[in-house]
Order: sequence, then C-alpha cells, then structure tokens
Amino acid sequence: MSQTVISAADTEYPPKREITTEPRFSDRVFRGVVSTGALSSLLILGLIFFFLAYHGYSVLRSQGFYFITGSNWQVAQDAAGNFDPKASQFGIAAMLIGTLLCSVIALAVALPISVFSALFLNFYAPPFLKKIMVSVVDLMAAFPSILFGLWGFFVLMPSVEYWAKLLHKYFGFIPIFKMEVPVFTRSPFVAGIVLAIMIIPIITSIVREIFSQTPLDRIQAAYALGATRWSMIRAVVLPFGRGGIVGGAMLGLGRAMGETVAVYSVLNIVYQINWHVLVGAGGNVASMILLKFGDAGPEEIKALMAAGLVLFLLTLVVNTLADFIVNRSGGKGR
Amino acid sequence: MIQTKPIKPRKPWQASPAQRALSFAVFAGALLASYILVAVTPLKGKLAYFVVFFIIFTVLDFVFHFVSRGLLAAKDAITRAFVFLGISLAVLPIVSIIGTVIVKGVKGLHWGLFTHDMKLNSVSDPISQGGLVHALIGTGILVIVAMVISVPLGILTAIYLTEIRGRFVRPIKFLVQAMSGVPSIVAGLFILSAIVYTFTKSYSGFVGSLALSILMIPTVARTSEEVLRLIPDDLREAGTALGGTQWRTVAMVVVPAARSGLATAMILGVARIAGETAPIILLTGGGDTVNSNPFHGPMGSLPFYIWKSYAVGTPESITRAWAGIFVLLAIVLVLFVSARMLSERRSSK
Repeated sequence: MSQTVISAADTEYPPKREITTEPRFSDRVFRGVVSTGALSSLLILGLIFFFLAYHGYSVLRSQGFYFITGSNWQVAQDAAGNFDPKASQFGIAAMLIGTLLCSVIALAVALPISVFSALFLNFYAPPFLKKIMVSVVDLMAAFPSILFGLWGFFVLMPSVEYWAKLLHKYFGFIPIFKMEVPVFTRSPFVAGIVLAIMIIPIITSIVREIFSQTPLDRIQAAYALGATRWSMIRAVVLPFGRGGIVGGAMLGLGRAMGETVAVYSVLNIVYQINWHVLVGAGGNVASMILLKFGDAGPEEIKALMAAGLVLFLLTLVVNTLADFIVNRSGGKGR
Repeated sequence: MIQTKPIKPRKPWQASPAQRALSFAVFAGALLASYILVAVTPLKGKLAYFVVFFIIFTVLDFVFHFVSRGLLAAKDAITRAFVFLGISLAVLPIVSIIGTVIVKGVKGLHWGLFTHDMKLNSVSDPISQGGLVHALIGTGILVIVAMVISVPLGILTAIYLTEIRGRFVRPIKFLVQAMSGVPSIVAGLFILSAIVYTFTKSYSGFVGSLALSILMIPTVARTSEEVLRLIPDDLREAGTALGGTQWRTVAMVVVPAARSGLATAMILGVARIAGETAPIILLTGGGDTVNSNPFHGPMGSLPFYIWKSYAVGTPESITRAWAGIFVLLAIVLVLFVSARMLSERRSSK
C-alpha cells in the first residue's frame, strides 16, 4: 500500500449535513410502510367481524336471542318452495354447550399433565433430555389437526371407550356420568380427550416459559434453606408462575373451542343439549359449521356465518383474558 | 519432601450405591407387584398395568422415603412420581401418533402416488391406482401464495414491534395474539363471506391461500419478533453511528443479522398451515386433477385428499388417507427439523 499524503488544502469535504431531529424522507416512507403492515392485524380482525356480522345480521335479527338459547336447526320453506324466515329456526345452544363441555373436559385433563410436564422440563430433566423433550413437545404443537382427528378416531377411541365404560361403572352415580342409552362411541368425553392431547403441548410450552423465568436467586435461596425440590416448587415456582398457569390454561381453552376437524372426526353431533359427557351425542360450533356447510342453502349459510361470529367473539374474549393474565404475571417478580 | 496425596472429591449430596440399590429395589418391587396383581386379579389390559404400577410405585416410594428420610422427603418423592407421570402422559400420544402413521401409512406408499393424480380413479379404488401428485402440487401452490402474502406482513409487524417501537406496540402485540387465536374455520368463513360471495363467486386455490395467510401471519410475526429482539442494540447503534438512516440500518444491518432466524419464522409458519384442513374444505373446492393455476378452478391439496378419503370410509380409501397423512407428516417433520437446525446454528454462533 502506498502512502499518500493528504493535506487539508486539497481534500474536498462533502457539504456539511444539516443537523436535525427530523427524520429523512426515506425514513418517513419506511415508518409509514412498516406501521401500515403492522396495522394489518387490526384490519383483518376488523374485517372478520364486519363481514361475518354483515352476512349473519339478517339471521341474528330474525332469530333474536333464540339463536343462542334455542337448540333447533330447521330450514323451513313456504308453499312455493322459497325460504321462510318466520318458520325457520336456527339455535346453537346445544352446540355452544357442547363446545364448552368438550373444552372444559380437555382442560381438566390437559392442565395437570401440562403443569407436571413443565415442572419436569424445568427442574427435573437433565439438560440433554430437556432439549430433546422441548423439541418433541413443540413438534407436537405443530401437528396438523386432521392427524389428531384420524388418530383419535382409529387408535384412541377404542381405548377411551373402555375408560368411559369404567367411569360409568364405578362413578355412574355422579350425574354427568349417567347414561340412559349405552352408546359410548363419539361422545363429548372422547372429543375432550382428543382436544386435551392437542392442547397439552400449547399449555406446556407457555407454562414452561413462565416457570423458566422464576428468579434463580429465590430458587437457590430456597435450596439453601434446606428445601426439598417439592418445597422449593411450592414455595417459589408455583406462586411465581400462578398467572402463567391460568393464562396458559385460558389459551388452551381458546384453542380447544375453535378446533374443527379433529372434533368433527370423533364427535357425533346431535341437536340436543346433552350434559352427560359419556353419551355419544354432543355438539360443537366449529364442527357444526363444517357439517352443515356441505349442503347448506344461501339462507342457511347466513346462519352459519352468524354461528361463526359467535365462535369468533367467544375465542376472542377467552384469548384476551389469557393474554391479559399472562402479561400481567410474566417477567416481574412478586 | 512432603508427599501430597490428592484427596478424592466427595459428593455427600449424591446417593450412595446402597441407596441407589434400594431405590432400584423399590422400582423393581413395584413392577413385580403390579405384574402379579394384574395376573391374579380380574384387572386386565395395558391401562390396568400402568395404573396399578403407578399406584404401587408411588406408595412404596412414599413409604421408603418416609422411613429413611422423613415426611418432607416423602412428599418430594410423591411429587417426583407425578412429574414423571405427567411427562410420560404428554409424550405417549406423540409416540403413538408417529408409530401409527408409520405402520399404517407405509402400506399405502408406492411410487405411483407421486406420479398420478385421481383424475381417472375414485378413492375406493385399490391403493395401487391413482395418486396424490395433484394434492402435493396444490398444497405447494397454496403454501407459496400464502407465504407471499403473510411473510412480508408478519415481518413488517415484527419490525414495527422491535425497531420502530411506536405508540401502538401494546395494542399490536395484543392484536397479533388475538389473531393467533382465530379458529381456522372462522378464517375460512370470513374469506368465504368477504371474497368468495362478494367478488369471485367461485372456489379457487387463491382464496384458500388468503384464509391460510390469516393463520400464518401471527406465527411469522411472533417468531420474527423474538428473533429480532435477540439482535443486540449495539448493532443498531453502530449502524446509526455510521450515518445510516433507520431504514438503512434495519435493511442492511438488523435484517441480514437475523436472516436465519427469519427463515425459521417462515418455516414454522409454513408448518403451521401445511396441514390446515377446515378452511381448505370450505374454500378450495378440492379438485382431483393437477391444477397449477391458483386463480381458476378447484385445487386439490393434501389435507383435502386425506379428508375426502377418510370421509368415504372404505378400507381402500382409509389406506389412502393414511398414506396421505404419512406424506403430510413427513413434510411437517422436515420443515420442523430444518427450522430447528437453522435456529441451532444461529444460537451456537
């Protein structure tokens, strides 16, 4: 490299830039584009609400509260074969209750398993096992729902049927386990178990995340005071992660409510409110939409849109609560 | 000269061989007892074996620890038993699912699957006839179109959350979270009402992709946000110190640094939607022939192929469905593993 001598006289400096806090034109464009892109989620959610309400409005108006309190689904035609809005009835109460029933069963089964799994991953597993197990659980969260549906139908259902018979035999005195007709297949209980298996990875990964934020100094303080692992978990981890557990459970509940294909494959959809979880007759809003969609006329489609709107709002509320709880608890110590 | 002998480090907190032997004896004893119990009593089946073993083991373990170390240790032992029960119950289904898919799917696999479509065959024909090439091509097109829509939007959202950090960070985070909870069937109904009934009046691959993008955007946005958050602020400051505008800093420093992470986000998004079934059933019309035009005509796809074969319910069609699931699962696995490998490489750097 040859050295060149630069003297101040013959160097041309670029013109001095103006010092300003005003963003340049390129930055203003950049910010505009990015902000617009970021607002797409608002736009999409707004449009979902708008269009479902727009198409479902006529049905919601003609049915009124019957839409969520009734459980009759009937498309009536007048003498000329046209759609008759007066005589038609669209009520999704049975479906709503079925949805709640399935998701609550799912949550009741999945939550303890998930919390124990999260404890295992954070505090019991050796590092190499933890890495593998975390991958396995995350992989399971990425499985498509149709896979759970087929597996649930062909593999899980025979076993669950057997468990249901056991439950009926030994706990039949509890009202919800009662049954008049011994049909154990395709019951809300089966659907609940399939949903539980689907939401276990989701809840586990959220709870694990929150547990792993437990301040290390408190864990070590507990150990230094002579705590066993269980005393440490009870005194430090569980109080710290309580919000995370509740939030994760809500998120799992939201996921379970909106699940379509897996439930459709294992649930017998019947238009009747059924609280007996072992009986093979249940309801589910999302699956009902799929079931009715195939041969629905234009007016029935509108009713399905309205049902979709109800489902959308329901999951939105549950997810909002979950988000609120997780964010309030996550990160900061108490 | 003083001879020093290195003292062997002692680890008094570790279990001595005798203690280990005892714990093992408890385990073996529980195993044996449950075996005998299942053999002599009317309790039968794998489930009975599992339950009996768990109960006996928990009780024995509790007693063992209670006698040797007291109540606190015994409680600890019970928790440990439940924690191990929890993780095995969580992992058991995945093992069963993968095992079932392999065992049942392999029967339906043959090369013709990847060279034929279902133009001339019905799903109830023997599995050696027809194939799923139309479904593979369809899924590929659906996913690519969905990617073209949702990857830019997802990454822009992530950049807003990490780089611009404007006034709307909290609401947008919340909206992304809310969007990830939108049930897939609702996304399908929305596109149906907003696009199909209003504009196109016909089913096509493109409208299916639109519904898939709704499901993909939140996944991409959240993963990208996490990745961009990991880029140290030093890099951003260095970019600014060199005289870069924010646009130049983000485009030439931050995004290239997070390249592999953003690729991971993209792959995870694809894995999320590749097997999505409900909106596909509502929107794409599910053709049986190869259709490479996303804007016109019904388009087949893997989930639809599986769904249709499963719904028919004859033994041949069910074999077909399992073969389809096998291919779908293989795709998801490959995507997932490549995402993992990309992020591994990033974190080890």
